[in-house]
Amino acid sequence: MEEATTNYFLIIGGVLFVMLNVAAGLIWVERRMLALWQDRYGPNRAGPLGLFIVLADSLKLFFKEDWIPPFADKPVYVIAPAVVVVTVLLSFVVVPFAPGIVVADLNIGLLFFLAMSSMGAYSIILGGWASNNKYALLGAMRGAAQMISYEVFMGLALMGVVLLSGSFRLSDIVLAQAGMWYIIPQFLGFIIFFIAGIAETHRLPFDIPEAESEIVAGFHSEYSGMKFGMFFIGEYMGITLISCMLVTLYFGGWLGPEFLPPIVWFILKTAFFLMIFVLLRASLPRPRYDQLMEFGWKILLPLTLVNLLVTAAIVLWQEG
Amino acid sequence: MEMESGILQHLQERFEASTFKPQATKDEILTLWMPVDKIKEVLAFLKQDVPKPYRMLFDLTAIDERTRRKENGHAPYAFTMVYHLLSFDRNSFIRLKVGLKDDFPLVPSISSLWANANWYEREVYDMFGIRFEGHPHLYRILMPRTWVGHPLRKEHPSRATEMGPFQLYDDKIDLEQAALQFKPEEWGLARQSDDSDFMFLNIGPQHPGTHGVLRIVLQLDGEDIVDAIPDIGFHHRGAEKMGERQTWHTYLPYTDRVDYLGGVMNNMAYLQAVEKLAGIEVPERVKFIRIMMCELFRIASHLVWYGTFAQDVGQLSPVFYMFSDREKIFDIVEAVCGGRMHPNWFRIGGVAQDLPNGWETLVQNFINYFPKRLKEYDNMVMKNSIFKARTKGIGIFTLDEAIEWGVTGPNLRACGFAWDFRKKQPYSGYEMFDFEVPTAANGDCYDRALVRIEEMRQSLRIIEQCMKNMPVGPYKADHPLTTPPIKKHTMHDIETLITHFLGVSWGPVIPSGEAMSCIEATKGANGYYLTSDGNTSPYRVRIRTPSFPHMQMLPYITKGYTVADLLSILGAMDYVLADIDR
Repeated sequence: MEEATTNYFLIIGGVLFVMLNVAAGLIWVERRMLALWQDRYGPNRAGPLGLFIVLADSLKLFFKEDWIPPFADKPVYVIAPAVVVVTVLLSFVVVPFAPGIVVADLNIGLLFFLAMSSMGAYSIILGGWASNNKYALLGAMRGAAQMISYEVFMGLALMGVVLLSGSFRLSDIVLAQAGMWYIIPQFLGFIIFFIAGIAETHRLPFDIPEAESEIVAGFHSEYSGMKFGMFFIGEYMGITLISCMLVTLYFGGWLGPEFLPPIVWFILKTAFFLMIFVLLRASLPRPRYDQLMEFGWKILLPLTLVNLLVTAAIVLWQEG
Repeated sequence: MEMESGILQHLQERFEASTFKPQATKDEILTLWMPVDKIKEVLAFLKQDVPKPYRMLFDLTAIDERTRRKENGHAPYAFTMVYHLLSFDRNSFIRLKVGLKDDFPLVPSISSLWANANWYEREVYDMFGIRFEGHPHLYRILMPRTWVGHPLRKEHPSRATEMGPFQLYDDKIDLEQAALQFKPEEWGLARQSDDSDFMFLNIGPQHPGTHGVLRIVLQLDGEDIVDAIPDIGFHHRGAEKMGERQTWHTYLPYTDRVDYLGGVMNNMAYLQAVEKLAGIEVPERVKFIRIMMCELFRIASHLVWYGTFAQDVGQLSPVFYMFSDREKIFDIVEAVCGGRMHPNWFRIGGVAQDLPNGWETLVQNFINYFPKRLKEYDNMVMKNSIFKARTKGIGIFTLDEAIEWGVTGPNLRACGFAWDFRKKQPYSGYEMFDFEVPTAANGDCYDRALVRIEEMRQSLRIIEQCMKNMPVGPYKADHPLTTPPIKKHTMHDIETLITHFLGVSWGPVIPSGEAMSCIEATKGANGYYLTSDGNTSPYRVRIRTPSFPHMQMLPYITKGYTVADLLSILGAMDYVLADIDR
């Protein structure tokens, strides 16, 4: 019993440690990869391959003046950036990284993930609202509309996976993919979940809440120092989370040929999707806010429903 | 191009023959003096009733005549209003002048006649203190509202040292602070409509999307733009005023910085006018060199526009590729001129130096390299469906609207009108070159982009022809006013030595007269209207820039779109703040 408890804390600590470091490390990965694709060098001076930029960036953020604008709604302003980090970190609780390496293998894991990512929308809305800044307000409005709409398709797209595996427990879903990864039967669902995932993490091309050329920095225009850093880390952890979920739900999680341990498979697959996120940022322009909404409600929603219907029919037919 | 005597007849038939007094100028433009009370009638007649009408108000400015050496028998006016009209059907300009006797004269406004007269008249008011009767919004436009005096009046000091030490008293602070208060009413904006309160949003002066210090006051209903009002003047450096105390020669570097992406293209516009005044005919080689450098700069400027436009709609990478291509052009420019962005390389009557050895290789390499890249960019940007969704059908204006607002250059051609000064009124030998004038049909942001991209291909063709047919010969005209003067004979006879000495120490003395040149610059029609009273420096330099009327049109074309569309429209407009404010 005692050993199990130690193990348990080890896993919690491990996940927390790794996730925070991955988020920080992504600063370097993203800047270097973007630079590679944009014909420039990127940060290459501090330390080997410029790796210490992570350290420099974090130190800078920590030591910057922690300024709260006098016109802001102070308590809300302070809470907002924490919300995003907390919700994303909590989402990682249900992610099965490898057999046995999971903080809490809830039987409603998937619902828990959806609930947490919905909570994340609060961070943008509250942050934008409490800043008492017009740019931030516009960003928050955009963010709220975007995240709430895309939540719908995200949830519905995932139901296909649930139908096939018959469980909300993420480790069950992974094990159910032993024969065939769900990317094949649920290709449409994967595409929709991926798009919704980008919108959910508000990354380019869907970085509409913070569209730089239009509304400066959107909902976090007024934030600086570590509070801005929290949004920043939250965003990177969000990407990591969506990548982990993509791997878990559609790419067989830790499953893979024997010659590598399961955890390595999981990391490799996740890294691949992280790169896709960066590549997307390097290549695509940004649609307009109403175009994104239109795309969601007029194209993605019907597609999701069709996907759900067809999957359900097939499942019934196979059982019948 | 030829002198239109027909129009004078029309005018004299319609009005009394004594209404107009022709004036001889050094350019081909028919110049007529008319009395102040006839302004509106005559201009309306020229715009609407005359056959082949003058549909574009090309430029509107004034001259402070009070300190001018009166040698050509003008009536002793204090100020002159100058109207330049352009007729596309006739392919010619007409210049109308109105003499004003008062110190702070009152002139009837023509802002009801031409939409773009609004800003021009505000500028004249701002710069000269001439007031316009019937103008809807006669406020300062370039100078701060708290400014005292009107800078282009001759009594206004032209340098800070003439103005006495600057002191900021408490009441002055209060005054300036009060002027910074934003009151929507002053901008002609309502605070609310029947069903909603509007939000006012400042885009700029510091904003990542405005590419310079430009402020746009947005009146928003949600994200929909009810009205957008550009506030310009942050980049005003008094380029026209500087012209009045620089010599004809030393003013050249200032022109470089007007459209700061156009480099030597600006020199070209200025020198065309100076050379008309001086009567200099430049050698063939000079023409070719100038055209080649101008077209290189056209590509460089379009590349900056291309990259930043893509960035405005959220595409992060293209700007890096396009700036590195621009560096390739700057490598050539650097090898030829020594400078990069502002090489200040053309001279009165020639260019600063001959082309360096091996320039053909550099140019040839670029010609081989660039078309492939353009194709790549087409795939990356122009064919991207999100990019299309952001730009097609956005910011449309029709050809008639474009002409009404004084739109020129690629923006005009995007409406389907193949008007290019290089073809229609060839200067510097453009008639010798074989190239197309690209046009598009819809006049939206996407089409403006299409036109510019095709222009880069055409510029490349021109550069290639320059390279293959570069004539041999001198790189300076053999003319006494060529600056710096040719030194070959200075050590042999005293006459050339004296001319050389004077030319180098004072700078050239350009014979009195006036001339306007108009070139197809990177962003549209750029014109220099120079007045000389036979001195070492211009009496008046008027710079007609394309971006000024383009920006004036912004409120008209953004109403009803969203904030995100505003950025597409601004990006597609291709303006440079220095080109607006001068």
